[in-house]
Amino acid sequence: MSDDLRDLYQEVILDHAKNPRNYGAPENGGEGQCRHARGNNPLCGDRLTLHVTVADGVVRDARFEGDGCAISMASASLMTEAVKGRPEAEVRDLFHRFHELMTIEDSEADPDALDKLAVFSGVREFPVRVKCATLAWHTLIAALDGDDDATTEA
Amino acid sequence: MALQSEERDYDVERVRADFPIFDHPINGHRLVFLDSAASAQKPRSTIDALSRVYETEYANIHRGVYDLSMRTTKAFEAARDKVRDFLGAAESREVIFVRGGTEAINLVAQTYGRANLEAGDEIILSHMEHHSNIVPWQMLRDEKDLTIRIAPIDDQGNFRLDDFQALLNERTKIVAITHASNALGTIVPLKQVIALAHDQGAVVLVDGCQAVPHMAVDVVDLDCDFYVFSGHKLYGPSGIGALYGKAALLEAMPPYQGGGEMILTVAFDKTEFNVIPHKFEAGTPHIAGAIALGATIDYLNELGFERIAAHEQMLLEYATERLTEFNSLRLIGTADRKASILSFTLEGIHPHDIGTVLDRQGIAIRAGHHCAQPVMDRFGIAATARASFGIYNSREDVDALASAIGKTIEIFG
Repeated sequence: MSDDLRDLYQEVILDHAKNPRNYGAPENGGEGQCRHARGNNPLCGDRLTLHVTVADGVVRDARFEGDGCAISMASASLMTEAVKGRPEAEVRDLFHRFHELMTIEDSEADPDALDKLAVFSGVREFPVRVKCATLAWHTLIAALDGDDDATTEA
Repeated sequence: MALQSEERDYDVERVRADFPIFDHPINGHRLVFLDSAASAQKPRSTIDALSRVYETEYANIHRGVYDLSMRTTKAFEAARDKVRDFLGAAESREVIFVRGGTEAINLVAQTYGRANLEAGDEIILSHMEHHSNIVPWQMLRDEKDLTIRIAPIDDQGNFRLDDFQALLNERTKIVAITHASNALGTIVPLKQVIALAHDQGAVVLVDGCQAVPHMAVDVVDLDCDFYVFSGHKLYGPSGIGALYGKAALLEAMPPYQGGGEMILTVAFDKTEFNVIPHKFEAGTPHIAGAIALGATIDYLNELGFERIAAHEQMLLEYATERLTEFNSLRLIGTADRKASILSFTLEGIHPHDIGTVLDRQGIAIRAGHHCAQPVMDRFGIAATARASFGIYNSREDVDALASAIGKTIEIFG
């Protein structure tokens, strides 16, 4: 495998793609404070549904359903892990830094602050795949904003 | 044995050498281009024809009284004659230059369709149409309160002629159907489809975008009413294509766009429209593109469509054989008659990931829904990886594809 492919498909990404965490609808049916949004990437037809529970401005739970490429599945999986327990404002900030990591050369985003999400830095070499990695995040932000639908083309 | 001697005669390395793009490696590898169904590469003679127009023979057409304009006009009309011969049409005025297949279908929907269809009328499409042969008809349906019926395919992707026949009735006014499916490769039994449609008095529009690069077409023999194709899938320039229509139909149709060229006289109270084909060619067309499309047709005729078809069918068979060696590979579209297109999925591996891994080995394939989401739904999938073979592809390209698929399975397996 060439180096940039190895950087793109790191073990953590392959693992989360094959065994996504927080997958499936919430058991309580997502009632109460659970918000939902559907994400659509019209370029590839990938769709996912996100369920996020917020209480007192803090993300308590995040789950997703859908089917997609390794990058989008792993991104959704790692995202749901990363946002749990974080205040909404921090989640938005995290997405901002995550997006910068993949799109800006010599990003100043602190890898430590991104923690596990830093494994997506390899996506930078594959610009057409950035939308795969951000689909789940766009959907999450839509859910937080109270929108039902999100698209990578907005 | 005839086929084998044709294969020997076909020197794919020489054909490949005619295409300058292959002089440039991709990601450090020899370019293996397996996405001609999306858009094909261009031979040197087409590229030269484009430059030659702009360097030696360019002026606006059908206007100037000066020599340069007359020469450009002559070259442009000569290109129309080449397209006429290429399609086997009876007359050059039955060939309208358009931007491509999409514009041609929209033209027919918005002129013939709007003028001739009424509420309650029906249009039949097949289940494997490209979005460009679905959406223009939906727009017309919504405007005129029409019904669209879908002719089904079987699990192999074969067109079901009996089911199609059952859909036909006295309300059927248009059958819009692909000649060869871009997603599955299926070749539709057009002659029977057209004869059945005509029995019911319906006109037939054929989307020939995926057929013309692979086989000789004869619109008179087919007896289709409209036939459309794009130049860029035929190894020609993008932004140019053709609509063939039977003269009597074209003459009766209202114009598509208004402007210069499509008129005879203009006064503020009344405008008299030009004769066909000019009635449908408002504005200055892609002059150089049309002339270069003519040059492309010359190039393909020199190779010969019998030899092209034999070479590509050999590649299709070889690729089918190599790819079915992988247990986790599922071919989508295994119709009895196919153009050289192989759509496939790998168990547990998304087509986009296949596309990325292959790209790093210099192999260009299409990954996605191929602008044909209804047929993806038919097979219960969101996307496929698609390898399409053209005149410059070789057995070596097939071997590279098979080896790269093996590596992809290793990475994600």
